[in-house]
Amino acid sequence: MLPRSSALFIFGSQQQKNLEGYVGFANLPNQVYRKSVKRGFEFTLMVVGESGLGKSTLINSLFLTDLYSPEYPGPSHRIKKTVQVEQSKVLVKEGGVQLLLTIVDTPGFGDAVDNSNCWQPVIDYIDNKFEDYLNAESRVNRRQMPDSRVQCCLYFIAPSGHGLKPLDIEFMKRLHEKVNIIPLIAKADTMTPEECQQFKRQIMREIQEHKIKIYEFPETDDEEEMKFIRKIKDRLPLAVVGSNTIIEVNGKRVRGRQYPWGVAEVENGEHCDFTILRNMLIRTHMQDLKDVTNNVHYENYRSRKLAAVTYNGVDNNKNKGLTKSPLAQMEEERRDHVAKMKKMEQEMEQVFEMKVKEKLQKLRDSEAELQRRHEQMKKNLEAQHRELEEKRRQHEDERSNWEAQQRIVEQQKLDLSRTLEKNKKKKIF
Amino acid sequence: MASTEIARQAGEGARAVPLSGHVGFDSMPDQLVNKSVNHGFCFNILCIGETGLGKSTLMDTLFNTKFEGDPNQHNQPGVTLKSNTYELQESNVRLKLTVVNTVGFGDQINKDESYKPIVDFIDTQFEAYLQEELKIKRTLHNYHDSRIHACLYFIAPTGHSLKSLDLVTMKKLDSKVNIIPIIAKSDAISKSELAKFKIKITSELVSNGVQIYQFPTDDESVAEINSSMNSHLPFAVVGSTEEVKIGNKMVKARQYPWGTVQVENENHCDFVKLREMLIRVNMEDLREQTHARHYELYRRCKLEEMGFKDTDPDSKPFSLQETYEAKRNEFMGELQKKEEEMRQMFVQRVKEKEAELKEAEKELHEKFDSLKKLHQDEKKKLEEKKKSLDDELNMFKQKKTAAELLLNQAQQAGASTTLKRDKERKNFF
Repeated sequence: MLPRSSALFIFGSQQQKNLEGYVGFANLPNQVYRKSVKRGFEFTLMVVGESGLGKSTLINSLFLTDLYSPEYPGPSHRIKKTVQVEQSKVLVKEGGVQLLLTIVDTPGFGDAVDNSNCWQPVIDYIDNKFEDYLNAESRVNRRQMPDSRVQCCLYFIAPSGHGLKPLDIEFMKRLHEKVNIIPLIAKADTMTPEECQQFKRQIMREIQEHKIKIYEFPETDDEEEMKFIRKIKDRLPLAVVGSNTIIEVNGKRVRGRQYPWGVAEVENGEHCDFTILRNMLIRTHMQDLKDVTNNVHYENYRSRKLAAVTYNGVDNNKNKGLTKSPLAQMEEERRDHVAKMKKMEQEMEQVFEMKVKEKLQKLRDSEAELQRRHEQMKKNLEAQHRELEEKRRQHEDERSNWEAQQRIVEQQKLDLSRTLEKNKKKKIF
Repeated sequence: MASTEIARQAGEGARAVPLSGHVGFDSMPDQLVNKSVNHGFCFNILCIGETGLGKSTLMDTLFNTKFEGDPNQHNQPGVTLKSNTYELQESNVRLKLTVVNTVGFGDQINKDESYKPIVDFIDTQFEAYLQEELKIKRTLHNYHDSRIHACLYFIAPTGHSLKSLDLVTMKKLDSKVNIIPIIAKSDAISKSELAKFKIKITSELVSNGVQIYQFPTDDESVAEINSSMNSHLPFAVVGSTEEVKIGNKMVKARQYPWGTVQVENENHCDFVKLREMLIRVNMEDLREQTHARHYELYRRCKLEEMGFKDTDPDSKPFSLQETYEAKRNEFMGELQKKEEEMRQMFVQRVKEKEAELKEAEKELHEKFDSLKKLHQDEKKKLEEKKKSLDDELNMFKQKKTAAELLLNQAQQAGASTTLKRDKERKNFF
């Protein structure tokens, strides 16, 4: 399919060059910046957890807005008979940057008596969004594709203080390869710092034990950044507190929860990890969450889907064929088929030729045999002919001899009788 | 602030909510920029123009560096494309720049096919990207994009009009690449001639329906400068890597007896405008247009050629799976049909050959039957002859026997007559 004139392309090698003056492409990042602001941003965040764990409050705290309100109640107020997966879209603007935020929540998750398969609607939702994107991406006429893929899943762990529940483990195991999971300890203000530490360690142990892959911060070359990231890693999973109310503490107006014994401040790093979560989720790693979703989770989905479509039951090329497109795979299958048919044709041709040869040989043998017999009979006949001729000749000879003899005898007889006659006549006289 | 694309896309489905504090997602553009900077940028320029129009010199001047080797001769048999990739860095921005030169363009007597290698080259890069995009396991984010982002078309400074080669070539390319026509070596044209030349070129392009690249005016931050620059197209440039002292500065210039042409003097030529537009302001837009417009067009045509559609005959949208399944079924059906045809052909041949051989066998038997009959006839004749000979022999034998008998009788009679005579004689005596 490539044009034939590729012989006319000459590719030089890559070289590093030093610039002898200002060119101006250092302005490229600004161009990117400008265009991205013009386009606007979008982000899809999923929140999963039993009811009453403070999910809605946390979202409102994170985005400093009444995303969930009496008019738009949170998931714990909307529980139906079965687990639902529902989304709400809000448009927020800050510093000239517009963000379309989609919050996906799962009312009813983990709230039933029998919670088997309550993760299934979640899995289905995520897969559906992947499928929508895949279909949009694969159209012949593509337009600017709206991206509704789930880019982050905040999983709320109840602050039991002991460890993960079986449901937690089950959910995370089933979803860690489909979405970036950030596990959070909810309502962290019910635990003392020591209890919280222990709880965190226990959870991380169990996560490792079950080989669950939670969202990992990417490595950077920047030493400062790496130090920062390592500090965060030590505090995983993040223990958070959310609040819809502003309280005055020491003259400052802060978000917090008022208790008789004091105020638990949402944004106080010594009280909980909310600030770390907000900074990481929104201020520093939002783009990376989107990238990992696009480059890893979506690609996994896509390659599995396309492999299924391409091979449709033919399982043997599992690893080999994946570097091709389904069409290339079909092309290769076609080539294989053509080769197979050629071979089959050759074989059939050979068998055909051989059989024809056999038959012809038989025919020739038969002809030779008949010919031989015919010759034989002819010879026979000729011999008989000759014999007959010989006999006839002999007979002819004999006959002519005898006839000659007879003639002589007759002549003699005649002569004799004449003589006798003469004598007789003479006698008479 | 004007509404963003994302906001437009969201439309009615999203509600705008106010923020009660600084959330921090206004860092999103920065996050995106950081990611791009870390990843590095790439830009591919194609220079088309006759030999000797200063293409290499202009590239060197634009990027303040000495690129590839020796100037080319005029005796090329056809058009070849030579591509070189350079890694440049300016502050923290890394750019992988690929410069593709057309060698031998316009040198042949018959220039009918001159545009073909260029079109093929551009298509080849699109095809490579498409193939990568269609693979089952793909790595798009690490793919080295070789698609041409900008095409600088060098117009000879005749001062009159475009050559027909120019029009033909640009017409073939305008739907495949961003064309930026420039008047090369414009220090050969006086200011008044230049104005007329530019007007002539622009009107010829318009009347021939050639779509050249327009600097975008939809983003307010650059709309003004872009639209002003659009009115200066095509840029009249002069390139030089030699420096001349003007005042107390060393500037890039070309020294003539009658004066010095300063490359970066906007009164002398449009070099600065070109650099500003191509590199500092619109590089990102050129890349975007290549991907969103030219590549999409190529992809659409290619997929349609391969028989892909977006909707089935009932106008329902195809999902990717259905599309591939439909293709696959069609493909399998085709293969089966081919196989069936081949078998049928063989069955036919076998039948024919069998009939042939039977015919031959029949002929053979007929031949020998007739020979046999002949032989029978011969035998019969022989028998008859034999019989007649035997009859003759018998007759002869009978005759002989009769004759002998007669003879005997005669002899006996003679003997008795003789005896009688003797007796009579005796009696006489």
